[in-house]
Amino acid sequence: MTAHLPALQVVIPLLAAPLCVLLRSRTIAWLLFLAAAVAALVCASVLAWQVADGEVIHYAMGGWEPPAGIEYVIDRANVPVLILVAAIGVAAAVYCRASIAAEIEASRIPLFYACLCLNLTGLLGITATGDAFNAFVFLEITSLSSYALVAMGRRRRALLAAFQYLIVGTIGATFVLIGIGLAYAVTGTLNMADLAQRLPDIYGNRALGAAVIFVFVGLAIKMALFPLHGWLPGAYAESPSAVSVFLSATNTKVAIYLLLRFAFGVFGAALVFGRMPITEVGLVLACLAMLVASAVACFQSDFKYLLAWSSIAQVGYIVAGFSLATSDGVTAAYLHVINHAVIKGALFAAAGIVVLRLGAARLSDMAGMGRTMPWTFAAIVLAGLGLVGVPPTAGFVSKWVLAEALIADGRWAVLAVLLVSSLLSLVYVGRVIEAGWFRRHSESVAVERPPLTMSAAMWALVLVSLVFGLVPEWPLSLAEGASSVLVGVAK
Amino acid sequence: MTGGHYIFWFVFVLMVIGLYAVISHGNLVKKLIGLNLFQIGVFMFYIALGKVEDGRAPIVEEGVEVYSHPLPHVLILTAIVVGVATTSLGLALAIRIYEAYGTIEEDEVIERDKAAEQDGTAELNGTAERDGVRGGEAGP
Repeated sequence: MTAHLPALQVVIPLLAAPLCVLLRSRTIAWLLFLAAAVAALVCASVLAWQVADGEVIHYAMGGWEPPAGIEYVIDRANVPVLILVAAIGVAAAVYCRASIAAEIEASRIPLFYACLCLNLTGLLGITATGDAFNAFVFLEITSLSSYALVAMGRRRRALLAAFQYLIVGTIGATFVLIGIGLAYAVTGTLNMADLAQRLPDIYGNRALGAAVIFVFVGLAIKMALFPLHGWLPGAYAESPSAVSVFLSATNTKVAIYLLLRFAFGVFGAALVFGRMPITEVGLVLACLAMLVASAVACFQSDFKYLLAWSSIAQVGYIVAGFSLATSDGVTAAYLHVINHAVIKGALFAAAGIVVLRLGAARLSDMAGMGRTMPWTFAAIVLAGLGLVGVPPTAGFVSKWVLAEALIADGRWAVLAVLLVSSLLSLVYVGRVIEAGWFRRHSESVAVERPPLTMSAAMWALVLVSLVFGLVPEWPLSLAEGASSVLVGVAK
Repeated sequence: MTGGHYIFWFVFVLMVIGLYAVISHGNLVKKLIGLNLFQIGVFMFYIALGKVEDGRAPIVEEGVEVYSHPLPHVLILTAIVVGVATTSLGLALAIRIYEAYGTIEEDEVIERDKAAEQDGTAELNGTAERDGVRGGEAGP
């Protein structure tokens, strides 16, 4: 049974999706999604335990041997992402029942869960697969279900946000497709391990260079790297609350994982970071993302848009980490992927509660919420401090590791940008706290307590972010394991 | 080289025309048409990769020694399916946008959003069948 875990964790959510549509019951659809997410989490945990000692699991899909067949490869580089996606999936499942009932009309709810199941399938598939073309297919499964999920947002503006996301996302995925096609044209294989073996012989080939650029630009769109981030604010801010929680914590992160896999596991660091100036380009774009997106976040008047812009800035931190191509840098990138996903998931969960109870998430609506909704506000403050990187939080740990990696590599300018960006994040988190605590609402309104499941999911994420800040050993060991596989320098 | 690889030039031009249409047009349906051209360019690129000189269609037949490479063709069949799904989803969204705004021009949609924001009118997604959207319908 355990031999089939790599396939099962993808197949279970995939099977749950049509069942959600066929059974047409809101409760059963919700239970199916919850069960699929829990099953995926169990599979990912068992796999993580199996590969913890450095073993690599190869699974030939359908018994077709690679390189002809599609292979799933589970190693220490992808189990952290698998666990992250599945765990956020469970949190989103707990969160979404009450949240969705208030936001989406009843007849569409089973379809909504079907889309969520497909999204989970795609994300886990991208992460588990060892085949370049298969990764593209899963990327499109994720993207198509994301477009549909975003379009179900509360306001009609969600429709245009979803459409723009569809156009930009499809261009991104098609770029990846071109890149994979070029790599296939020069090597004749699509298996990642096989590609990695054959590519070093033809370094310097112009088609290969084009392949790298197409794949990287396509994935940079998917992970919303500045200046290719245009789709993100609308998509995150206008989507239903539960979708914001799930997408913000997983979608861009999985694209980042895929980029790392392509950079280190397919094209090879010698080509990408040695012969091509990806380090320099990555660092410049990361710095711009940190500065510009943080500054824009400071001027947002809507809490969800503010969080979305902050996400773009945080992608900058992650890109700065892996652009160094050192084992410390990749560790920092992984750690920030994990920590930021948890923190941003918690903040979007809080934003969803604000939307549910106050009707909108404009900062002016949030005036005085420190008194009317003290617990939700406390969660925003705790997670917000994590976003800034105040010492006993998860955000501090990953920023510290990133700063160490930057210092070790002598990148002082990037370090300065990191500090400025952190100050800017203090400004935008401060604006939220100022609105909630120091401003008073004109009339005092009694606000009903949020549904228990929603606050439970939010607090679970907040507490995880605090635990990762106080005892960072476990996420750090996952990140180091991943970087030792990718960079190949065991720490 | 240019002569032998003319198909790639053709594909490249098709892709760029498609991409230009996506960027330059404000009409959502025209954007989708551009997106389709762009994708079809990529599909043809893959199909061209599988062509073997003097190769026949890859169906086993007596007296035929050279076949075209079927793998890129099979791969692109998957991508075509994805493309169809993307187009239909895009068109469905365009219909919903038309129902919600009465236009499918991007600038007009944004204008009407701004106007609605200034009026403070409700601008919810969907029609009258949505009830209890703003209220606290969901119990714990």
